[in-house]
Amino acid sequence: MKRRDFIQLTGLGLGGMFLPAQLMGKSVSEQVLLEPFLDVPAKKNLADVALSTAKSSGATYADIRIGRYLNQFISTRENKVQGIESSESYGCGVRVIANGTWGFAATNEVTTEGIKKAAQRAVAIAKANAKFQKEPVKLAPVQGYGEVSWKTTIQRNAFEIPVSEKVDLLLNANAAALQNGASFVNSNLFMINEQKYFASTEGSYIDQDIHRIWPTFTVSVTDKASGKFKSRQALSAPMGMGYEYMIPKTEDKQWAPQGMVLYRNSYDIVEDAATAAKQAKEMITAKSVEPGKYDLVLEPNHLGLTIHESVGHPLELDRILGYEANYAGTSFATLDKLKSGNFNYGSKIVNIFADKTQPGSLGAVGYDDEGVKSRRWDLIKDGIFVNVQAIRDQVHILGQNESHGCCYAQSWSDVQFQRMPNVSLAPGKDPYSVQDMIKDVEKGIYIAGRGSYSIDQQRYNFQFGGTVFYEIKNGQITGMLNDVAYQSNTQEFWNSCVKICDERDYRLFGSFFDGKGQPSQVSAVSHGSSTARFNGVNVINTGRTI
Amino acid sequence: MAILSKEEAKRILEKVISFSKADGIEANLNGADNGNIRYARNSVSTSGEDSNISLAVQSYFGKKSGSATINEFDDASLEKVVRRAEELARLAPENPEFMEPLPQQTYGESKTWSESTAKITPDYRAQAAADSINPASKKDITAAGYLEDSRNFAAMMNSKGLYAYNQSTGVDFTVTMRSNDGTGSGWVARNFNDVSKLNTSEASAIAIDKALMSRNAKAIEPGKYTVILEPSAAGDLINLMLSNMNARQADEGRSYLSKKGGGTKLGEKIVDERINIYTDPSHEEVPASPWMGNGLARKKMDLIKGGVVKNLIYDRYWASQKNVEAVPFPGNRIIEGGTASLEDMIKDTKKGILVTRFWYIRPVDPQTLLYTGLTRDGTFYIENGKIKHPIKNFRFNESPVIMLNNLEQLGKQMRVSTGGFGGGGSSLIPYMKIRDFTFTSLSDAV
Repeated sequence: MKRRDFIQLTGLGLGGMFLPAQLMGKSVSEQVLLEPFLDVPAKKNLADVALSTAKSSGATYADIRIGRYLNQFISTRENKVQGIESSESYGCGVRVIANGTWGFAATNEVTTEGIKKAAQRAVAIAKANAKFQKEPVKLAPVQGYGEVSWKTTIQRNAFEIPVSEKVDLLLNANAAALQNGASFVNSNLFMINEQKYFASTEGSYIDQDIHRIWPTFTVSVTDKASGKFKSRQALSAPMGMGYEYMIPKTEDKQWAPQGMVLYRNSYDIVEDAATAAKQAKEMITAKSVEPGKYDLVLEPNHLGLTIHESVGHPLELDRILGYEANYAGTSFATLDKLKSGNFNYGSKIVNIFADKTQPGSLGAVGYDDEGVKSRRWDLIKDGIFVNVQAIRDQVHILGQNESHGCCYAQSWSDVQFQRMPNVSLAPGKDPYSVQDMIKDVEKGIYIAGRGSYSIDQQRYNFQFGGTVFYEIKNGQITGMLNDVAYQSNTQEFWNSCVKICDERDYRLFGSFFDGKGQPSQVSAVSHGSSTARFNGVNVINTGRTI
Repeated sequence: MAILSKEEAKRILEKVISFSKADGIEANLNGADNGNIRYARNSVSTSGEDSNISLAVQSYFGKKSGSATINEFDDASLEKVVRRAEELARLAPENPEFMEPLPQQTYGESKTWSESTAKITPDYRAQAAADSINPASKKDITAAGYLEDSRNFAAMMNSKGLYAYNQSTGVDFTVTMRSNDGTGSGWVARNFNDVSKLNTSEASAIAIDKALMSRNAKAIEPGKYTVILEPSAAGDLINLMLSNMNARQADEGRSYLSKKGGGTKLGEKIVDERINIYTDPSHEEVPASPWMGNGLARKKMDLIKGGVVKNLIYDRYWASQKNVEAVPFPGNRIIEGGTASLEDMIKDTKKGILVTRFWYIRPVDPQTLLYTGLTRDGTFYIENGKIKHPIKNFRFNESPVIMLNNLEQLGKQMRVSTGGFGGGGSSLIPYMKIRDFTFTSLSDAV
């Protein structure tokens, strides 16, 4: 990822996360975030200009995305507000096929004239690039849906909540952390609204209104005498929801060991910040892990990242084919393994599916960025590798004639390409609770929340940390552990999955800024699972002295 | 064309400042013309150009500030953006850490612009890709690469009379060459301000050789090994250490530079005494902007000298709290090297591993700066002064602080793009021989 394209939001608060500068658009007042966009008939008229101009210039296919991307970001530390940023980015991108080759051009001049020029430029670029094209682009058929619309189901638009109320909530969370022993706390709230209009020469005119939200914090405790410091991140998940996610509901609180609370479809940031401070304090003196083989009990807010890295990315078709070879890498999950029909990706209880329709998920949309209706499909069925993720111009390579609907661009100014849909582990069929996962473990570790993560360029070897670790001995949680990371191989790891909690424990983890491509683009994606157990995984001790 | 001259930018910024009715105002005007070409499977996959220019205005009343941006530059638009920043400033909560703009600073001469890079055309990019793809396809190799070039300017002015301007150019090239049998992979990276120094054919030949040499790698046991790190590998890890030299974090007790019992490790020896690291914006090989975004002047400055921490980075607020001068974030880093070539270093190695690059480096423990990641695209076993055979990739768990205490030898320097979090700019990094580098597991990835 090119760092110069990125601005670092705050030093400690985001733990190494970055927001792409191009997504920020121009700074606006919070009122602008609630102002209406162009109405649908106006958007349709402009879209038709693009489609007809492209066709008359020689395109055999064209699509246009007219997009208004709204963001708000609030950051605080202790009792101070560090930043409040509201921004708007507005423009359109025209993509065409001419002479069998893709061409793309974008403009922020959303007028008849501006769009005409962009369409002509896109066709000119396609024709120029055709000189390098080996095979003409082949698109899988898609239905023209006519004029349709889709909206994220939200109860409260986060932009309707006054900034002061959102700031107060973050400062209350900070105060709760400080009252419970935190030395420092940074908290942040991200809110995004994508207002997208898509039209293509296939006969679709699709108007979508997509919302996402992410509250997060880092609580740190320092111990002057020992010189040690420990941090505990929020156990929230970024969600495809409105501000209702920030209003805690009792029924969304999930049981976890040692009095910890985990959250499903609403989040109690104040409660979690208080717990975080207590846990960070405990980490200062917690026992350092003895390296060796352990049975791991992994809760969904941790397991989601392992799913993302070891199943989500290796099953991207463009990556398997080598289009990402110079950046993210290729994949061990090759097409011959897929075609064999007997590649044991995981144990028999492992069922992993892609689903762009899951309510509350970050990847949920009605239609993707090339006008394909969202759906659910299996990637791993009863442990066997059965499918990958593909879009219109590559799905034919699989011998399939229907796109999976996972095409996405981070903004109107970027060209759309294949991005990971929500990829989730299906809950177990037997009625197991989290306690059932723990009770027959002799030597194990319960891990909650995301931590350090690293995986090789073909997605074989990985290492994951976590937010909080508890030792399990003879079916009982015995206390907190430090310095834990597990290393495994993707196929070995998923084949060591022996037990999965039922749907009562199922919830979503999310990655808000997942990077891919050159130039790099981000996307947001969720991963659902229930707590699951993996036997005999290699745990290393990460403690060092400098 | 989004590149405004010093005078053109000044005219716009003077107009902006003249519209201010706030206690003070600061404006940043930035523009860039970028181009890129991407190829994979021995064929160009995408190419494009973009051009943008934008003005960001920050107005303040006391300790309340507001920012607004715009990309139109007629008088009415400029006045509108100033009014919007003022409106947002009035509504904003007080920021106790707000610092008033700086007065005029003295800046050194800039060396970041190159005419040859400014003249890059789409034809140049297509030829650069062809020069990389053609030799690959002749040798049963598949190329995937990316070339990106930019021309940009940055200007800032404030109501205290400061005006700063810089223009720069840059080109980044990387290519991954994979053998068609899927068992070998090589990589090379080049980074320059001046594109006339770039030869994608010469660079690609190195990656092709590595792909051919790395076929059919053997597995050896993970453990502690002497390694020779190529500059990209060494730089990726060490730049993470250098990006974490923030004084406030160290003072707050949450940095590897915090000291037991309180205080920081400023003035203490933390790595081998042969390690000297400095920043110098006027360095001929890796020039950087003579000022950073808030107008602070960058000067030649030691970061680590004789293994001792010489300077920490102080933002203006923290400097005011600690009664010290603010220290800007470095625009480049130079690690002093030696005279040994890679060949010399291999010749002097009894048993060791040559690492082309690291991949997917992520922090594991901020207390010790422990990082994990993997080797990639060319890892070789050295025995009795010779490369014996390619080896399978390893995962490492290592801290750059520990690594620089285990220094064996420094070789010749090379310019690399600065990776890692909070990076940006370029670094001059030597080949490094390190003993007891910790590899913790094997990877089957090619």
